[in-house]
Amino acid sequence: MSGRVLVGVKRVIDYAVKIRVRPDKTGVVTDGVKHSMNPFCEIAVEEAVKLKEKKLIKEVVAVSCGPQQAQETIRTALAMGADRGIHVEVTGKDYDTLGPLQVSKILAALAKKEDAQLVILGKQAIDDDCNQTGQMTAALLDWPQGTFASEVSMEGDKVKVVREIDGGLETVKINIPAVVTADLRLNTPRYATLPNIMKAKKKKIANVKPADLGVDLTSRLEVLRVDEPPQRQAGMKVETVDDLVGKLKETGHI
Amino acid sequence: MRALRLTLLRHSRHLSKFSSLGGVRLASENVVSQSATSSPPETAGDNLIYTQEHLALKESLRKIIDQEINPHVDQWEAEGKFPAHKIFKILGNAGFLGVNKPVKYGGLGLDFSYSVAVAEELGNIRCGGVPMAIGVQSDMATPALARFGSDELKEEFLLPSIMGDKVACLGVSEVGAGSDVSSIRTKAVRKGDEYVINGGKMWTTNGTQADWMCLLANTSDGPPHRNKSLICLPMNLPGVQIARKIDKLGMWSSDTAEVFFDDVRVPCKNVIGQEGMGFTYQMLQFQEERLWGVANILTAMDNIIQETIQYTGQRKVFRQPVLYHQSVHFRLAELQTEVELLRSLLYRATALYIKGNDVTKLASMAKLKGGRLTREVADSCLQYWGGMGFTSDVMVSRFYRDSRLLSIGGGADEVMLGIICKYMDTLPKK
Repeated sequence: MSGRVLVGVKRVIDYAVKIRVRPDKTGVVTDGVKHSMNPFCEIAVEEAVKLKEKKLIKEVVAVSCGPQQAQETIRTALAMGADRGIHVEVTGKDYDTLGPLQVSKILAALAKKEDAQLVILGKQAIDDDCNQTGQMTAALLDWPQGTFASEVSMEGDKVKVVREIDGGLETVKINIPAVVTADLRLNTPRYATLPNIMKAKKKKIANVKPADLGVDLTSRLEVLRVDEPPQRQAGMKVETVDDLVGKLKETGHI
Repeated sequence: MRALRLTLLRHSRHLSKFSSLGGVRLASENVVSQSATSSPPETAGDNLIYTQEHLALKESLRKIIDQEINPHVDQWEAEGKFPAHKIFKILGNAGFLGVNKPVKYGGLGLDFSYSVAVAEELGNIRCGGVPMAIGVQSDMATPALARFGSDELKEEFLLPSIMGDKVACLGVSEVGAGSDVSSIRTKAVRKGDEYVINGGKMWTTNGTQADWMCLLANTSDGPPHRNKSLICLPMNLPGVQIARKIDKLGMWSSDTAEVFFDDVRVPCKNVIGQEGMGFTYQMLQFQEERLWGVANILTAMDNIIQETIQYTGQRKVFRQPVLYHQSVHFRLAELQTEVELLRSLLYRATALYIKGNDVTKLASMAKLKGGRLTREVADSCLQYWGGMGFTSDVMVSRFYRDSRLLSIGGGADEVMLGIICKYMDTLPKK
């Protein structure tokens, strides 16, 4: 076993920013807006680094797809303890239409190339909320998947994953190599300490193009329009249940 | 800490399914959102003195502030104290207390621009007391020790301070001597291989929690600029008395003590560097202290201006937002302009300093302007908040109280003016 873990990290608009829709309604404003690593990706990196500290795996490789700025996100992962990074360069129109399908193709290709025994991703990104990349990557690789992980433990040539599902918690045991996606309660990501931030400067980030991996970035989706959510209307108070039913009938809701 | 992280993620627009998790909504945040985004983030390549690493450092420190510090500030302000050992340990573990200190003692050996980056980021703490206390620990009580102290002293006092295990304080000002440092009265009389210390210190930030003090005392009779020494004084020695915690106008979360020394005995080897050089060493420490103070207040001013914009943007008066009145948005523009000017001065002084230049004149100018500008910003912004600004529910009233200190502490405006005049050679000849 290579003992290598691939962690995908996505650069997204920071969770605290007030999102604004672009005037041309083709997307949201990203210029000059604060970006950071997707919170679930942080949790994924933390889990990988923890596994390395427990000596269960040997190397953590952080991957990000995007333009030049994606390297900042990789550097954050390096500062948290990842050993090296891979920046898959995707720019311009390709980046605008980049989605889970394309990213999972890239990750699958890299997982094979790097002989990874685990791919750990965040369960979803906070900008598109797709919750697809992990699942698609596993399918493309024909690997088992443990998604929405709130606990991960290595048991020989298998991984035990406790999954958060609607009904509670489900425990599965899957063969390595596998794909795991991190959920909120998996761990609490560490602060990148200043010594590690300085050390991260010396760690390597390799540059790769999707074409080198034989990946076609053509999107099957076309964004027609992006709108703000409708303005919240004022509510109305009623005295009795009968009044309520009456109002609902009146406004055509029932 | 986990609960706090969940709270922060809960505020994300995409995690509404976790809305059942409780969250602490601080009183001061009821009016505006938690992190008012001020100026657009710059990429490393554009900044005058900051690199990618500086920005990464700020991001990481910001996380610590958001998760470990800001959620508790209101409580600490009410209690008049913050847990220094706990917070310094967290910062020490992350490497933020020894940024420009020697690697041999747990520091990072980076240049002062990194300290400035830390100071700037600490301005995001929602009070003035905690950053001030951190500043004392990292850049006011330790520079002389790091530069001139013996290996043994550094091992005993510097290393644990950088690690966050020991809390430091600075003992310079006295009841009878603040601006006039040379007239301090605390005496350290040599008896064998010990000094016997008598006297007292005032305005000691971290004083009630400190493990050691960087003490300036008279160690001989002689010209007042040459008879003083800096001494590393453990605070638990017999005769060291914390007389009282001072009740102040602002900076409530920072415990400020009045300390007395009654025949306190300390080994002679605890003197930093050369005996008699204490005054000089202390003056050297001041350059960094002043630039640090400016860096810290700039971010705080940015934040208050942004919060004021947000508040006045939704508060209506005479049927339109307060912000729409020209006197308001024009005034805020004036203030922001001056903030940027001061920022440029800070960066210029820092750039020169890290190249080895003496920036006393520029640092004094920056400190002078910092103290005065923050009073203007606080006063103007408070006015625009109206009645709400006068309450303790909002940040601007705390900022008004806390920031008033900058014109007084760390070198009063009048002292700064004297220094500048000295460099301009305009002082009356003797």
